[in-house]
Amino acid sequence: MTNVFPAVVVLAPFVAALFCSGFSWLEKRLCFPTALIGLSVSAYAAFRLFLQVIDTGVVQYRMGGWAPPFGIEYRIDLLSGLVIMLVVLIALLNLAASHRSVLQDMEDRPGTFYSIYLLFVTGLLGVASTGDLFNLYVLLEITSLTSYAQIAMGDPDRGPLASLNYVFIGVIGASFYLLGVGYLYIMTGSLNMVDVAGLIEPLYSSSAVLVAFVFCMIGVWIKMALFPLHVWLPNAYTYAPVAAARVIAPLMTKVMVYVMIRLMLTVFGLDYVFERLDLSQAVVWLSTLAILAGAIMALAQHDLRKMLAYIIVSEIGYMVGGAWLGNELGLSGAVLHIVNDALMTFALFLVLGNFMYRLKGAGFTDLQGAFARMPWTMAGFVLAGLSIIGVPPTCGFFSKWYLILGGLQAGAYPFVAALILSSLICAVLFFRVFEIGFFEPEADGHRDMSRAVNLQEAPVSMLIPLGLTSLSLVVVGVYSGFIVETIILPFLRM
Amino acid sequence: MDQLISIRPLLAVLVSLCVIPVLISASNRPNVRETWTFLAGAVKFVLVISMLPAVLQGQEIVYTLVEIAPGAALSFRVDGLGMLFALVASFLWLPTSLYSIGYMRGLKEHGQTRYFSFFALALSATIGVAFSANLLTLYLFYEVLSLATYPLVTHHQDREARISGRKYLIFILGTSIGLVLPAMLFCYHLTGTLEFSTLGIFEGQLSKPALIVLLLMFVFGFAKAGIMPFHSWLPAAMVAPTPVSALLHAVAVVKVGVFSIVRVLTGVFGLDLLAANDLGPIIAGLASVTIVVGSLIALSQDELKRRLAFSTISQLSYIVLGVALLTPEGVLGGVIHIAMHAFGKITLFFCAGAIFVASGRKYVSQMDGLGKRMPLTFAAFFVGALGVIGLPPSGGFFSKWFLVLGSIDSGQIFFLFVLLLSSFLNGFYFLPIVYRAFFAESRQGEQALSGIREAPLCCLVPLLITAALSVALFFYPDMFVNLIRTGLQIP
Repeated sequence: MTNVFPAVVVLAPFVAALFCSGFSWLEKRLCFPTALIGLSVSAYAAFRLFLQVIDTGVVQYRMGGWAPPFGIEYRIDLLSGLVIMLVVLIALLNLAASHRSVLQDMEDRPGTFYSIYLLFVTGLLGVASTGDLFNLYVLLEITSLTSYAQIAMGDPDRGPLASLNYVFIGVIGASFYLLGVGYLYIMTGSLNMVDVAGLIEPLYSSSAVLVAFVFCMIGVWIKMALFPLHVWLPNAYTYAPVAAARVIAPLMTKVMVYVMIRLMLTVFGLDYVFERLDLSQAVVWLSTLAILAGAIMALAQHDLRKMLAYIIVSEIGYMVGGAWLGNELGLSGAVLHIVNDALMTFALFLVLGNFMYRLKGAGFTDLQGAFARMPWTMAGFVLAGLSIIGVPPTCGFFSKWYLILGGLQAGAYPFVAALILSSLICAVLFFRVFEIGFFEPEADGHRDMSRAVNLQEAPVSMLIPLGLTSLSLVVVGVYSGFIVETIILPFLRM
Repeated sequence: MDQLISIRPLLAVLVSLCVIPVLISASNRPNVRETWTFLAGAVKFVLVISMLPAVLQGQEIVYTLVEIAPGAALSFRVDGLGMLFALVASFLWLPTSLYSIGYMRGLKEHGQTRYFSFFALALSATIGVAFSANLLTLYLFYEVLSLATYPLVTHHQDREARISGRKYLIFILGTSIGLVLPAMLFCYHLTGTLEFSTLGIFEGQLSKPALIVLLLMFVFGFAKAGIMPFHSWLPAAMVAPTPVSALLHAVAVVKVGVFSIVRVLTGVFGLDLLAANDLGPIIAGLASVTIVVGSLIALSQDELKRRLAFSTISQLSYIVLGVALLTPEGVLGGVIHIAMHAFGKITLFFCAGAIFVASGRKYVSQMDGLGKRMPLTFAAFFVGALGVIGLPPSGGFFSKWFLVLGSIDSGQIFFLFVLLLSSFLNGFYFLPIVYRAFFAESRQGEQALSGIREAPLCCLVPLLITAALSVALFFYPDMFVNLIRTGLQIP
């Protein structure tokens, strides 16, 4: 029996998207259930698929039955399985949380939003599944186009401009990647990743391969917003509708990190990247700068949305740096941080969504008294913030653990110092917000028991996804040793 | 050494964590909520006690929750040292809870559910530190404790609390992330393990300068121990409600800092390595400065809680000094001071709070003549002060005794003078308070005192209990002595 799960994972949201767009003309109320069904089916298939991958190592699926290298092959290994699970679970939880906020923000066109949202998820799942370099480009563009569209649906004044900015830079990034793939195709005559990897070895000294590698990397870095190629990100994430930002922010950049690691490990190979090229130190330095610059720019913000956006810029530095340290510990840390950072960022953006829903803004002054008004949301916020700071037992600590050890092993002391410094800066960042939520508006004199509390907690449908995500921060943290042992290390050693 | 696998250490940690949802759900029924606090406290104490016999027989109780990386697991190990600390902390939670009820209700404080919940969380973290089998687990609970105590320290939610809370975090979190974390990861990078062992984990990989740097990162990094110049968070944290100051800033938080330093000295470096590289005097010197300067500053404080805070800073360094003497008697004296000082100092804090609840006074200069109105409180204060100074009949006498023996044994007579000088200073800043309370005329005249009576029973009973135990420890110190001897394998 051929294994159809890889196809189901990607196609279920795609089909649901088609139905959604149809229902937006016929019966708007059906859009949400359709999307829910589509993503649930995809999540179920992804789960089954992941179990198989853990069992067998790799699951292959040939689109239309064409054999590679001519047909498009979907090739799911442990890393892609992990990323697929992450994407589909976050997309599903976010969908549940979106029901209310989409009704509030876009009551006239929920169908449009849901179908674009589903296409976006389709793209991400495809990127994580495909074993074909050109197919990856196509899916990447599906993802990008749909995120441009989602962002443009946000803030009516600034959303379209932020989106346009993103379009320009996104297109440049995609072009770089496509050019790189073009060079590879000229050199090897193949687009299948595994096939290319086999053919490329004798060509290691070719300067065309070098150009291909550099172009691919620059393209990917633009798309993941590696400092100093990050300028499109803060505005795009800030002015997007919150239902879209909640899934674009945690997933888009992380999937791009996945693509980078995939290209480095599967296509070009570790030997090429670390033995032939002498780029490792330079890239680690660049990511050191990214970590610090992101954290410092975050310090200058007075709006939670902007602050989180710059924290993402900083976190990208963690993963790029870890991957380029060139040792097993660093790579483990980078892969683990893909999971952890996606969860942390998702939790933070869920919190943001709750603030936007209830307080109609996320400027620091809007958050006064937030602990008393939205205690559960703030509990999730504290957990996610601690995870970004890197306080055990939250997962942020454990990826930092691997990254720092990797840095020590590679002798990359500035990178290690930057990781620790950014922890301290993040502590300042988050406790500044906690302080505002806890102490302001400032009480005059003694507060006693009779003080009235004005509870404005977010609806349950938004709290449950937040609760699950914040708990997962601790659970994933405690079991990070397990994740590394059973998923990441077997993948790296394959 | 015999090892016994049992889940009880984990349960002892989790009890007070698991009770938090119950406390929150009972937030509108204060009596039910407080009953649950007591229940959790009692179960916790019983769980700790249930492990005592095995530990006294020289067994260790171990439990591994999950492995994070090879040689670095989340795991628990109950030895004599951890047992001693856990016994003290889990026991003192009970009188403190009783005291909290009297204090918080007496002052009609807001946010009492939050208060009791974070108190429970703090106790979980404290026991976690006590039972940690390795540096990673210890660091985890150390951080949880820092964060759990922040809402307690800043309970009043006013401007002063905000500023003090900020200072608290900068010192405590700044040093643990900035110094301990890199030091710990460096140890792991070098040796591949973080398990505590009385032999230490280094096998000659490090030169003496590197050892010194690492040692200082740990000693200053555990800023909860208040080694100067990382001490000033402690007086600032006195804005907290007094029961918080009492349990956390005389027992749990500060002792967690000292306990962590003791663990690092005895379990990561190992006393032999410290002796071989002649590193003891460096730490002992730092501790001595803190002892003397802390006492001198305490002399000049008029606010009673601040005076107690500086006294605590000074007393904590006794413990560090004792271990840094690197002689069996010194280590014994230092570690036993964890317990002896706890009982003495918590009594003093309870008294300070009782005086505030009963009379609204918090400055030493306002307390003349109060002793006639509150004889029991001031009698307990006297007993607590004896414990801190180290005079019989109080348990504190034994820590001083062993410390003095230790410094003579080590041939470092200088530290003997430090101890004696500090004892004099302790007497100077505590005993006049008691004397003037009983024998001096009130400066505002007698009528200003009329109407002042002993604090409510909820406040009074706990401080009498702790004072009585402080005396009892003078007569029965054997159990603690045995625990330390088996725990650290010293003769």
